[in-house]
Amino acid sequence: MTGLTITVMKLGLLAILWVFVLLALGVVRTDVFGAGTRSGRGRSAAKAAPAPPAQSAASGARPRRGGVPTRLEVVSGSLAGTSVPLTGVQITLGRAHDSTIVLDDDFASSRHARIYPDASGQWIVEDLGSTNGTYLDRTKINGPTPVPLGVPVRIGKTALELKK
Amino acid sequence: MSMAASPSVGGAVSPPPAEPEIPKRRNAEAVLLAGAWTVGMFAYANVGLASSAAKLPANYWTVGVLFAAVLLVAHLAVRWLAPYADPLLLPLAAMINGLGLVLISRLDPYNIANKLAPKAGAAGQQAIFTVLGVAVLVAVLFFLRDHKILQRYAYISALAGLILIALPAVLPASMSEVNGARSWIKFAGLSIQPAEFGKLLMVSFFAAYLHTKRDTLALASRKVLGVYIPRGRDMGPLVVCWAFAMLVLIRETDLGVSLMFFGAFVIMLYLATERASWLIFGVVMFIGGAALVAMTFSHVQARFDSWLNPFGSVTGNSRQTAQSLYAFANGGLFGTGLNQGYPTLVGFANNADYIMDTVGEELGLIGLAALLISYALFVARGLKTALLVRDPFGKLFASGLAVTFALQVFITAGGVMRVIPLTGLPMPFLAAGGSALLANWILVALLLRISDAARRPLPPALPLTAPPSLLDPRSPGRTDDGGRYYGQDKAVRT
Repeated sequence: MTGLTITVMKLGLLAILWVFVLLALGVVRTDVFGAGTRSGRGRSAAKAAPAPPAQSAASGARPRRGGVPTRLEVVSGSLAGTSVPLTGVQITLGRAHDSTIVLDDDFASSRHARIYPDASGQWIVEDLGSTNGTYLDRTKINGPTPVPLGVPVRIGKTALELKK
Repeated sequence: MSMAASPSVGGAVSPPPAEPEIPKRRNAEAVLLAGAWTVGMFAYANVGLASSAAKLPANYWTVGVLFAAVLLVAHLAVRWLAPYADPLLLPLAAMINGLGLVLISRLDPYNIANKLAPKAGAAGQQAIFTVLGVAVLVAVLFFLRDHKILQRYAYISALAGLILIALPAVLPASMSEVNGARSWIKFAGLSIQPAEFGKLLMVSFFAAYLHTKRDTLALASRKVLGVYIPRGRDMGPLVVCWAFAMLVLIRETDLGVSLMFFGAFVIMLYLATERASWLIFGVVMFIGGAALVAMTFSHVQARFDSWLNPFGSVTGNSRQTAQSLYAFANGGLFGTGLNQGYPTLVGFANNADYIMDTVGEELGLIGLAALLISYALFVARGLKTALLVRDPFGKLFASGLAVTFALQVFITAGGVMRVIPLTGLPMPFLAAGGSALLANWILVALLLRISDAARRPLPPALPLTAPPSLLDPRSPGRTDDGGRYYGQDKAVRT
């Protein structure tokens, strides 16, 4: 085997190794940008059907306009970082194991609250008779309350936000 | 009970938007697995062509078909049993495992001639354990349909894990000592490293334990000079773990296992409580303890000596460390090419602890960087799984597995490159060693299982038009709250 062939094989192996690594990185990249494309489609849908006027009952909760939420994200508490895509079905919150988001929070009740879309697509939070109550930002809610984008819903030590 | 999962307010409901397609990414996995096969087979051809015979190895196409079959079985098993699992975990493990097989077979002629490997060669054994490893992966995926089941066996796994890790220490040296480290069980011609399986059991226990104790550990502490000082009684588990790690260090001469075991615990404690003080205490305790042990026990001292002063006795104790550094220097940027360097000069354990030398010398910095990025990607996907999964036990378990894997890579690579003292852990998937390979394939299976749960679309929520007893806090039907009732002002910490 000539020295040239050996050198070509050596460099070829390094090239193949790096092609593999770059392919793997490409999969990571599509994972990240795949989510971005989905929320982009969500935005264009929002323009077609304008959001209903926010009948915000929460004082100090300033709704941010211009977007339809696509996911519910836990922003603080032991589950921070978890997010659930909003698909038009209701999301139940609580310590019970059949909740959509199982809260690991001593201050949450088994079936604490639920978040669901109303007829117009506005997301509503409703307390389910919890012991400690559900808060929209700093205000305790009584009855179904619309959740604006980016305003935390607080349950015990956990806070959740609707995000684009 | 109405079947519609619709809200009770707002009257008629517009049909919910179509469920967004959650990509399974199985085809991406298949492409990457083909890439892993290509890397392995190209490297194997390279080894054969660069040898003195200058032709393809005799069993080249048999090996190729077998390797492809094993990867195909693993891929189909994931398609069937964990369709939403992360697409990168399996191909990365397969690529590193394949590269390891090639490197071991490249070192085999020297090792067989010098009686450092069995007559049939270490590569054959490693290949058998690769097949077994994939079989175990399929079995774990088949029998463990939900990772949360492991949470129930927390204390049983703790007991089993401690026994596995401590067993070599209490066995007589004739049954447990290989090359000066007593971390093996030699039984009927087989030698296994029980700590490899012990680490999985211990991580499962840590995750379950910290899941129940995290609040006590995080909240009950005083703040002194900006650092949270945990209460004495909460330090208990940390002290027990530390004492156990030191025991392993002294009895088994094994810095690697004790560092991995204790490090995983401290990092998981930090992840669970978000208190940096645990990291500070853990690092101080381990460095203090290890320094004390190094000063007291001669065999640990020898390891530290050859770390601090590798060129002190190039023909003596620190010969391997020195040779390892020469190997990396000889490799340079592009490496010498497979079968063109001198990684066998390191001597025994050249296909185990020191296998990174071969990568560094024959594939160079560029090849080594690709390998380390592959390891890093594997760890990153493990941590990503931990972020995505929706149950707290799964979060801690996945991050614990990823962190243990990362620690093992760091400890091994760091030891060979003289960042830390050499410790004698096998490089995951790369180094020769059947039990380590099996344990790491189980680790892949567990991560696949958790990531499948994390990426799987949500099940449709139960309709809440429901028996009022479930919704009314005062009704006797609702007893599953654990009797926790807090005063209003006490309860809400916003």
